[in-house]
Parts: sequence; C-alpha cells; structure tokens
Amino acid sequence: MTAVAAPAVAAAATTAGPAMPARRKTGWAVANLITVAWTLFPIWWLVALSFKDPATLTDGSFWPIKWSWTNYSGIFHTSAFIRPLINSIGIGLITTAISVLLATMAAYAIARLNFPGKGLLIGMSLLIAMFPQISLVNPMFNIERQIGLFNTWPGLIIPYLAFSLPLAIYTLSAFFREIPWDLEKAAKVDGASQRQIFTDVIAPLAIPGIATTAILVFMFCWNEFLFAISLTSTNAARTAPAAMGFFTGVSQFTFPIGSIAAAAAIITIPIVIFVMIFQRRIVAGLTSGAVKG
Amino acid sequence: MTQMAAPPKPATLTREERRRLSEGARAERRFGWLLCAPAVIVMALVAFYPIGYAIYLSLQRYDLRFPQLTHFVGLSNYGVVLSSGVWWHAFAVTVIITVVSVAVELVLGMALAMLLHRTPLWRGLVRTSILIPYGIVTVAAAFSWQFAWTPGVGYLANLLPAGSAPLTSQIQAIAVIILAEIWKTAPFMTLLLLAGLSLVPDELLRAAKVDGASAWQRFTQIMLPLMKPAILVALLFRTLDAFRIFDNIFILTKGNNGTGSVSILGYDNLFTALNLGIGSTISVLIFIAVAIIAFLFIRGFGTAAPGTALERR
Repeated sequence: MTAVAAPAVAAAATTAGPAMPARRKTGWAVANLITVAWTLFPIWWLVALSFKDPATLTDGSFWPIKWSWTNYSGIFHTSAFIRPLINSIGIGLITTAISVLLATMAAYAIARLNFPGKGLLIGMSLLIAMFPQISLVNPMFNIERQIGLFNTWPGLIIPYLAFSLPLAIYTLSAFFREIPWDLEKAAKVDGASQRQIFTDVIAPLAIPGIATTAILVFMFCWNEFLFAISLTSTNAARTAPAAMGFFTGVSQFTFPIGSIAAAAAIITIPIVIFVMIFQRRIVAGLTSGAVKG
Repeated sequence: MTQMAAPPKPATLTREERRRLSEGARAERRFGWLLCAPAVIVMALVAFYPIGYAIYLSLQRYDLRFPQLTHFVGLSNYGVVLSSGVWWHAFAVTVIITVVSVAVELVLGMALAMLLHRTPLWRGLVRTSILIPYGIVTVAAAFSWQFAWTPGVGYLANLLPAGSAPLTSQIQAIAVIILAEIWKTAPFMTLLLLAGLSLVPDELLRAAKVDGASAWQRFTQIMLPLMKPAILVALLFRTLDAFRIFDNIFILTKGNNGTGSVSILGYDNLFTALNLGIGSTISVLIFIAVAIIAFLFIRGFGTAAPGTALERR
C-alpha cells in the first residue's frame, strides 16, 4: 500500500488508514447511515405495505403488525398481473437481445473503423437520447393503429429499440475503445478479414461490456411507462408498470393499495438483485464516455 | 507497449487521399457502413419518420371522434395552443419542477458524490444503496410516495396536521412530485459527478492544503473548475430528462389540481380529448423546447455535447 509509505501530510489528507480519529469515523458512519436510510426507506415502505394484512393495511405503521401473504396470493390468482409480468419479461428480453446485437455492430464500427458518416451517426443517436418521448406518442399511436401494431409486443419492442440504441451504442463504444489496437494489427498480419477481426478477435473481448449494456437496456425496458400505457389497450401487451396504473379493486371505490404494493415489490426485486450483483459494472457503464475525454 | 496503440485515423480525407485509398481501406468503409446500417434504419424509422409525421398532423384539424372532418388548417393549431392558458400553465409547472429538482439534485448529488469518493467505511454498501433508486421502476417508487402521503394510510401524511391531504393541494402536490423526482434521479447525477470527481488529482489538493488553502477554497478554486465539464454534462442530461417528466405526475396526481406537466397535457389531449391535431401540436412544441434547452447548454455554457467524447482520445 502506497498510503503507508506516504509522508505524514499525505496520510492526514486522505481519510484512509488506522490513524483516523474515532470521532471522524463516527461522522462518516452517520453520513453513510443517513444516505442508506434515504435511499431505502421508500422501498421498505412498499415491502411493509405489501406484507400487511388487509385489516391493518391502513394503520400507517412502518412495520407490519400482522404479517400476511394475502396481497401476493391475490395478485397471482388472476391474470391481471401475471400476464403483464410475462409481457414485461418477454418484451424486455427480446428488446435487449436485438438492441445489444445492433449496438455491438454499430459501436464497433464507431470505435474502431474509419468510414465517412460516422459523425452523422453519433449526432443522430445523441439527438434520440435527448428526444422527449411524448413527442413520439401521438404519431406512433396513429401509425401503429393503421398498420396493426397497436397493442402488440412488436408495437412496444420497436420504440424501445429506438430509444435504447443510443444508450447501448454509447456504452459499448466506450468499452470497444479500451481494447488494445495491437490485437487488430496482429490479426491483420495473420490474414484475418475485417469480419473475422470483429467476430473472432474483438467482440469476444467486449463481452463484459456487452453484459453491462444488456443490463442497462433491460432496466430501461423494465422501467418504461409512457409508451407502455399509450400504445396498448389491454393486457395482451401491457407491461407490469402499465398494468399497475390501471389496477382496480374489488369495487371501484376501493383503491387496491395492497395489490399495488405487492406488484410494485415484485417488479422491484429483480432490479435490486441486478444492482447488488453488478453494481461496479453498472457504474462503469453509466459513466463511461459521459465524462471522459 | 500499450502506449503504442495507434489513435483512430481522422474521419475526413481529402480527395487526393480518397483516390489513393487502398482496397483494404475501401473494405473497411463498406464494413463500417454495413455494421451501422441496421441501427441507423431502426432509429430513423422509429424516431425521425414519426417526428415528421407529428409535424404533418399538427397542421391538420384531426379529431378522432370525427375523423371524416379531418382537413388541413395550417398553423392554426399552434395559435390555439400558444394562446391558451392551459398550455402556459403546464409549461410553468414543468419549468418549476425542472429548475427546483435539478438545482436540489446538483447540491445533493455533489454531497453524495463526495461521500462516495471519500468515505472510509462501507463504500460498497453505500454505492449499492445509491444505485437502487436509479434502477427501481419509477412507477413503483411513485406509488410508494403516494401511499406515504395518503391520509389514513401513510406514515408521512400522519405526521401532518389532521385534515391535510397534500396530494390534493396544488403547491404541496408539486412539492411531493419534486421530492419523488429528486429521490429517483439524484443517484444518476451523483454517478456523473463522482466520475468527474475522480478526475481531480489528489496531489493538487494536497499541495493546496500545504499552501494553506481552506477546505472551502480547495472546493471552489480547484475541484469545481476541474469538474466543470462533468457538472455541465450532468446538468444537461438531467434538465432534458426532468423537462419531460411524466411517470411521477401520472401516478401521484394524474395532473389534477393544476399539477400537470407539458407531457401530461400532450397525453391528455390524445387519450382524453382524442384530439390528434392538438396533441401533435403540443408534441412538436415540447420537441422545440427541448431542442432550445440543449442548444443553450451546448452553445451558451460550452457543454461538451455528450458523444463528442466518442471522437476524442
């Protein structure tokens, strides 16, 4: 460790090391605790609500007094949530597969090939990344109604592709740039074609980047709401967040708080797991390229 | 040896050089175009064609209840929208939400980035917990806030004086919307600022400390100037994103009691009023507003357009 060998001034400037006074350590611990509490309490509140017994649902307590699975068994007894959940998973996976494939190709070209029109492509994806989605809802609604894509899986997959491609291209080209150029030269000397260099030499090395990008794209699809409610009309294609927006209770006067809390908890779990497993990669993916340069 | 890596060749060539392009370079060009074509086609078909179609629709009288009455009306839809109080009200609400949430997020994001950068304890845990709001479905989080502020259900509403229902009063509801937006998106700001923070050399800060600069001076004189590009990119991303706010408002208030943003207004005009012409006009106006914001950031503040970073190195 260089910090150990560093002069006293440097050691005092950085916070690491056993020399740190206990009071300072407590200060950091308190700051960390506040941060963790701030990020987790809305999620805990959802989970707590979802485990409350219907009779105690409105007691306002932060901890369920009487734990119960009623809300969960309720939403899994009808197709009102199962079907949208399947839609969410299917649409998310298909979009992710296609988007990552197309983006890998385009990002490789942007990062490692020399061809005219590259700047145009970068500008185009940048423009779409900044696009207000609502601007496309009106025309897409009318176009999809006319060509029969309204309320179908492809009807959502297509706009999700267009909006996830800029993100995917952006993230992946940062990964491609990191790969040493010597590999390309060596492969060329060995007589590999352009296509072989891409598919056999460089793309396999970018697999960590491709995995990161797939996570980010899937999270985008999983989260999307505006297209999901605008381009669907029934549970044939509605995704889980969109269906939750239209949940109804036993009668039209009871707002199904328990069901919504349980559904919200379920769609939150995969994301929390992703984040815990891949936190380093997600951070690297999100910030790559955005600030460097 | 790694420094030997050749930088990418310049993208523009003179005519002379082009004539002398070897077979290999021509193959590279063809291969580049081939690889990009699918992505370009998807993006063009799904983003650029519809925006053109939206402009066309915005010039029509087009009511979905009376489709046979559809006809060209020129710019009169724009006149209707721009002279209506409803549009300007939604516009003002959107601007207030954008400005307040982005400003608070900048301060909060900077504090969280410092914490993540400096904290000697539990760094992995704090980073994971900061990522969770970023990853969570906005709708799920919005429901959590809604239930928390619903009288008789939520712990937060119970803290308020009896009889208050924050989500039904305009100003309080907007405050709750801003809170939900900040909770959800401050982590993104934090990550971008953290990346900027890691570019500030430690030696520089140490040297300044030895020279007697206070913590505040080190922050304003060294860190902020060095982080400026990162800060501007983060502000640009978040401003554009906040301006199109939809999910949080839709769940929390449905835009009732004067809390609707321009995106909510566009949605309502299509799906409640069934007016495709006016809805498209609002779509185009939002698009123009977003373009102006991006232009101001990039030209006015000299924000490096995200993506130009792709060209450098």
